[in-house]
Amino acid sequence: MTDLLAVDSPVGAADAVAGVRITPVDAVGLEQRAALLCARSIKASSKGAALDLAIRVMDLTTLEGADTPGRVHALCARARRPDAADWSVPSVAAVCVYPELVSVAAEALADSPVAVASVAGGFPAGLAPLEARLAEVSWAVAAGADEVDIVLNRSAFLSGRYQRAYDEIAAAKQACGSAHLKVILETGELGSYDQIRRASMLAMVAGADFIKTSTGKISTSATPATALCMAEAIRDMAEQTGRAVGLKLAGGIRTAKQAWHYLVIVGETLGSGWLTPERFRLGASSLLNDVLMQRAKLRDGRYQRREDFSVD
Amino acid sequence: MSSGMSSRLSVNKTYKQFIGGAFERSESGRSYPVTGAGGELLAHAVRGSRKDVRDAVAAARLAQEGWAGRTAYNRGQILYRVAEVMESRRDEFCVEVLRATDGSSEAIAAEETAAAIDRWVWYAGWADKFPTVLGGANPVAGPYFNLSVPEPVGVVGLVAPDEPPLLPLVSRLAPVIVSGNTAVVLASERCPLAAVTLAETLALSDVPAGVVNIITGHRDELVPPLAGHVAVDSLDLTGCDSEQGTAAARQAAATITRVVSASTAERQWADEAAQSPYLIDAFCETKTVWHPKGR
Repeated sequence: MTDLLAVDSPVGAADAVAGVRITPVDAVGLEQRAALLCARSIKASSKGAALDLAIRVMDLTTLEGADTPGRVHALCARARRPDAADWSVPSVAAVCVYPELVSVAAEALADSPVAVASVAGGFPAGLAPLEARLAEVSWAVAAGADEVDIVLNRSAFLSGRYQRAYDEIAAAKQACGSAHLKVILETGELGSYDQIRRASMLAMVAGADFIKTSTGKISTSATPATALCMAEAIRDMAEQTGRAVGLKLAGGIRTAKQAWHYLVIVGETLGSGWLTPERFRLGASSLLNDVLMQRAKLRDGRYQRREDFSVD
Repeated sequence: MSSGMSSRLSVNKTYKQFIGGAFERSESGRSYPVTGAGGELLAHAVRGSRKDVRDAVAAARLAQEGWAGRTAYNRGQILYRVAEVMESRRDEFCVEVLRATDGSSEAIAAEETAAAIDRWVWYAGWADKFPTVLGGANPVAGPYFNLSVPEPVGVVGLVAPDEPPLLPLVSRLAPVIVSGNTAVVLASERCPLAAVTLAETLALSDVPAGVVNIITGHRDELVPPLAGHVAVDSLDLTGCDSEQGTAAARQAAATITRVVSASTAERQWADEAAQSPYLIDAFCETKTVWHPKGR
C-alpha cells in the first residue's frame, strides 16, 4: 500500500501517498477563493443558526502550563452550559486539555454530551522519543480521553522522511484504540500550500480521523486559505477513497465573524454534511465569549460589553 | 509652459470619520452632502452606520484604561497641546465655522474659534486640580482615613449640538476626556466638517488613538445604537431634540447608563457658565476609600 512512501522519495517526486493522488495547489487561486468566501454576507436570520453551530462544533481549549484542576472544572462547567443565564445555548463539542488533566475533565463531564479531548504525543513539538509519545497517547485514552490530538512529526516530514511520519501516525492510531485521532499539521511551519496538501493526505491515509491546522503555540495558525486547502484535501480523499475525514481549525480564532467565515468555507467546499461536530471542529479558548456576545446582540438588539462575559 | 494657478486642479479634502486614531470611511460605504449657510455644497461627509458606532465604542473601550492610567499632569499637557495645534490651524477653523453657520461673519467665526481653543486651555489646567476640588479627605467618627476620589466613568457617548459647529463640541468634549474618560462623538449632522478638522488636530496632539472617536452621519440612525450599547457608561445628549433625547434616555436606562444634558445656562456657549469643574464631575464616579489609621 505504501510503496511510494517506502522509498522516502524527495519532495518533488512524490505526487501520491499510498495510491492516493496529491494534486498541486494553485496558491493565488486558493487565497482568492478563500477571500471570496470570507466576504460573503450572512443574513441576520442565518447568523443565529451559525452562532449556535459554532458553539456545537467548538473544542473549548486550555493548554497552559498553569492549568489547574480548578480551572479545568470551570471550563467544563462552561462547556456543558456556555451561558448560565440562557439554557437555549447548546453545549460545546469537547473540552481539550493536557493529558495530566484528562481525568479531571472526564469526571466533570461524565453524563454530559461533551467529549474529552487530550493533546498527546509530545505536544506541541512532537519530538519526544516515539515510545514516550505512544505511551502518552495510550495513557490519555486510559485516563478517559475520547479524542486525542497528536502532532505531525514535522522534523521527519520537512526532511522528506515521509515514511517515518506516516508510520508514527499509524502507530498513534493504533495506540488510540477506539478514541478518535486528530493529527495537528502545524500548517504555519510547513512552508507552502503544496506541503499542507501533502501533509493532509499523508495524515489521512495514515489513519487520522481528523486533520487539524495548528497547535496554537506559534504565531501563524489557522487562516482561511489553509482551511480551504485542507478542506479540499479532505474532499479529494473522500472522492478517491470514500472515507470522510474531519477538519479541525485551531489557533487565532477569536471572533464570531471568523467562525462563520470558516463555516462558509467548510460548507461550500465539503457540503453541509461536514457541518456537524462529527466532522468539523473549531478549537479555541476565547472564541466562545465573542460568540455568546454576538448571540446576546441578536437576542437583545443592543451591542454588548466584553466585561460582562467570563474572563476565561 | 502654462501659467500656474488657473490651470491647477482643485484638491479637495475628503472628510472622514475618526475611529481608533484612524481616518476611515463608513463600513457602509455611504456619504451625504453637507451644505453651507447659503445652501451651496461644501463637501460630502461620511454617513456613518451602527457598525461604525460599534467599532468606535470598541476603540474607546480599548483606549480607556491607558488614558485614565496616564498621570493627570500628562493629560493636562496633552489637552494644552490640542489648543496649540488648533491655534496653528486657526484660519482653517475660522473658514470652516464661517461657511457652515447662518448669519455668521468673519468676526463671529474668529471669536468662536478663539473661544474653542481657550476652552481646551481652561480644561487642561483642571486636569490635576479637579480631584482636589471634587474629592478630598472626609471627617469620619472612627480610627480611619476616609478619602473620596473622583474617577472617570469609562466610555462616554456624546451627541454634539447641531450649531454652532465647533465651540459646543469642544465645550462638551474637553470635560469628558480630561478626567480619563474616552469618548464616542456623534458630530453635528448639519455641519460636521469642523468636527472632522478637529479630529485632525487631535490626531496630531498626542491624544492617544481611541480616546476621541468622531462619527458623522444621521442622528436617527446613530443615536439608538450608541444609547443602547452596553459598553457605553455615560451619555451626553446635549445635541438631541427632546423626542430623540427621551427615547435615548429610555434605552440608556435599560443598561443603567448615566444621562447628562447641558442646562440652558451651559448652552450660552461663549459664556463662562459653559465651562465648569462640575461638568468634569458629571462624568466621574466618586470612589471612597477607608483606610485604618496606624498608631
